[in-house]
Amino acid sequence: MAAAAARWNHVWVGTDTGILKGVNLQRKQAANFTASGQPRREEAVSALCWGAGGETQILVGCADGTVKHFSTEEGRFQGQRQCPGGEGTFRGLAQVDGTLITCVDSGILRVWHDKDKEASSDPLLELRVGPGVCRMRQDPARPHIVATGGKENALKVWDLQGSEEPLFRAKNVRNDWLDLRVPIWDQDIQFLPESQKLVTCTGYHQVRVYDPASPQRRPVLEATYGEYPLTAMTLTPEGNSVIVGNTHGQLAEIDLRQGRLLGCLKGLAGSVRGLQCHPSKPLLASCGLDRVLRIHRIRNPRGLEHKVYLKSQLNCLLLSGRDNWEDEPQEPQEPTKVPSEDTETDELWASLEAAAKRKLPNWEQTQGALQARRKKKKRPGSPSS
Amino acid sequence: MAKAGDKSGGSGKKGLKRKAATEEAQEAAVGEDGTTESGVQPPTTAAFPPGFSISEIKNKQRRHLMFTRWKQQQRKEKLAAKKKLKKEREALGDKAPPKPVPKTIDNQRVYDETIVDPNDEEVAYDEATDEFASYFNRQTSPKILITTSDRPHGRTVRLCEQLSTVIPNSHVYYRRGLALKKIIPQCISRDFTDLIVINEDRKIPNGLILSHLPNGPTAHFKMSSVRLRKEIKRRGKDPTEHIPEIILNNFTTRLGHSIGRMFASLFPHNPQFIGRQVATFHNQRDYIFFRFHRYIFKSEKKVGIQELGPRFTLKLRSLQKGTFDSKYGEYEWVHKPREMDTSRRKFHL
Repeated sequence: MAAAAARWNHVWVGTDTGILKGVNLQRKQAANFTASGQPRREEAVSALCWGAGGETQILVGCADGTVKHFSTEEGRFQGQRQCPGGEGTFRGLAQVDGTLITCVDSGILRVWHDKDKEASSDPLLELRVGPGVCRMRQDPARPHIVATGGKENALKVWDLQGSEEPLFRAKNVRNDWLDLRVPIWDQDIQFLPESQKLVTCTGYHQVRVYDPASPQRRPVLEATYGEYPLTAMTLTPEGNSVIVGNTHGQLAEIDLRQGRLLGCLKGLAGSVRGLQCHPSKPLLASCGLDRVLRIHRIRNPRGLEHKVYLKSQLNCLLLSGRDNWEDEPQEPQEPTKVPSEDTETDELWASLEAAAKRKLPNWEQTQGALQARRKKKKRPGSPSS
Repeated sequence: MAKAGDKSGGSGKKGLKRKAATEEAQEAAVGEDGTTESGVQPPTTAAFPPGFSISEIKNKQRRHLMFTRWKQQQRKEKLAAKKKLKKEREALGDKAPPKPVPKTIDNQRVYDETIVDPNDEEVAYDEATDEFASYFNRQTSPKILITTSDRPHGRTVRLCEQLSTVIPNSHVYYRRGLALKKIIPQCISRDFTDLIVINEDRKIPNGLILSHLPNGPTAHFKMSSVRLRKEIKRRGKDPTEHIPEIILNNFTTRLGHSIGRMFASLFPHNPQFIGRQVATFHNQRDYIFFRFHRYIFKSEKKVGIQELGPRFTLKLRSLQKGTFDSKYGEYEWVHKPREMDTSRRKFHL
């Protein structure tokens, strides 16, 4: 049953049509999961985060203001809750201690009780972060700390257990060489591990590092890449560099110690919407508007590992951080599972996975087909005639 | 030997040269290993040392001569093989194996996983709810604004006029140095559904930006081979006001579908068949050929066509998600030559 195998999916991707896709790179299969059985554009997934209890639950934030719970063990949506308030889509989703933190585009950050039996209850805490929020990110080391940033909305770090005032409010850089104010557009934020520092990438192709521990509120380091807005960012396993993606599909690795470009990754054709690195392996998952999920290897050697065409525009992704990528422990239902995979007699699963189960072409084969074959030119007068 | 040499060097007639050469070769053959092959052409292996190729002859005229001889021999062999094959086919009659299909680049196209399967529900839902849904549901009818880059020259102006006769309900406006981002909100408020901007460089039109208006995708094309009406030979009279039919050929991949829908949404839904006019967007190897014809059915199977209007070729450079915003917009597809054009058999549309 594909539902039972959902726990072994390596990447979970949210799309514009409201479908949550689980991709298993080992078996090269992609499966669709929808809450209502039909894709609906109103339920476009705008934020994804892991739920409580390791990686067994996924919280899916949809465009209509609902947060759905999806269980990877069972492979189906378990419940949903309305999170009204503010206008715009979810820009950040996080959970801590049984509570849910949501932030919408208009700047309303709310903390909810995570009991999905209740249809809607009042939020435990509400903060106004400022309009035009592009991202809200939770610090993985200190779950009560969140950071928000957006268009003309400077980076702010909030402590949800503390006061209503932000812990750290970033200051804009000095005026540029024409004495004009430099505009602010923070598109993505990441917390650097083992320190209080934060990295942001902006829509004006800058990557900035802020240090709340230092007395200066201006960025400690600034690096630029390319000429197009950077839309997504992720930290590499070592923590010394970040990988950013822009609206043209260019991916670059930028070193944070020196602020220089380490290298680029090829392949994407559309705007990068989601990026995530594996915590220990040198793998990077990227998804974008060109409807393809790509897994790249970041070092030795840098290149494309897997490419999966998923028919809708992809908005966000979650990469499973588990270590046993290749090994899949035998399940007790193994012998009964095999015939049902071959003969899809179960209509319930067929309706859930509308045209989803597909075998990806072997990556090696695709590479071979692309190589041009050159015929040897027959030379006149040579003995082979 | 010297005489033969002179003959081959001096005379201009091919036949004499050939004879001289064969005499030479025959003499050499007799000299080399004593085989007395009295054929017109001694076998090359007997005449020359093994491993010898024509390109090693240093004398240009002699080398050219040997080459032409070799070429003629090849041609003869090919003709003979063809004749033999034809005879065999005739002899077999019905039992002959089917003719092998020649390989073309279109045949050898690399398998593209994004080719749309007509039964695919997810893609069908995606298309049914995309930005063109209101057009395909007959809720809106197209109203096009055609303009150019600033200060257009004659060819571009005439192309715009001719395009406005081809596309019904279209209006041409002179671009008085206005920024596109300022034009777009005005167009939206006046209910335009599409904006076409023809870019010009050095007095010839070379680019086309097609933007679907409320908030729809913007496609940027490279335009080449533009032929205005008077440059088209054997054309018919000017097109009438009837709404043409549309033909969209070969838009198979998902990207191709989006572009095809963009083109389809330029024309009203109700083609007037009395007008017998048809606009064709034919995609082959990622180049889109636009033609405008008038057809007439002479009998059930035979059609006569007259080419009317302008003709041009387009190649997609990028597809951007919102309305025109080349700097800050999000791109759905960007053409990257060094990454995407590595294989001659891979196409994207």
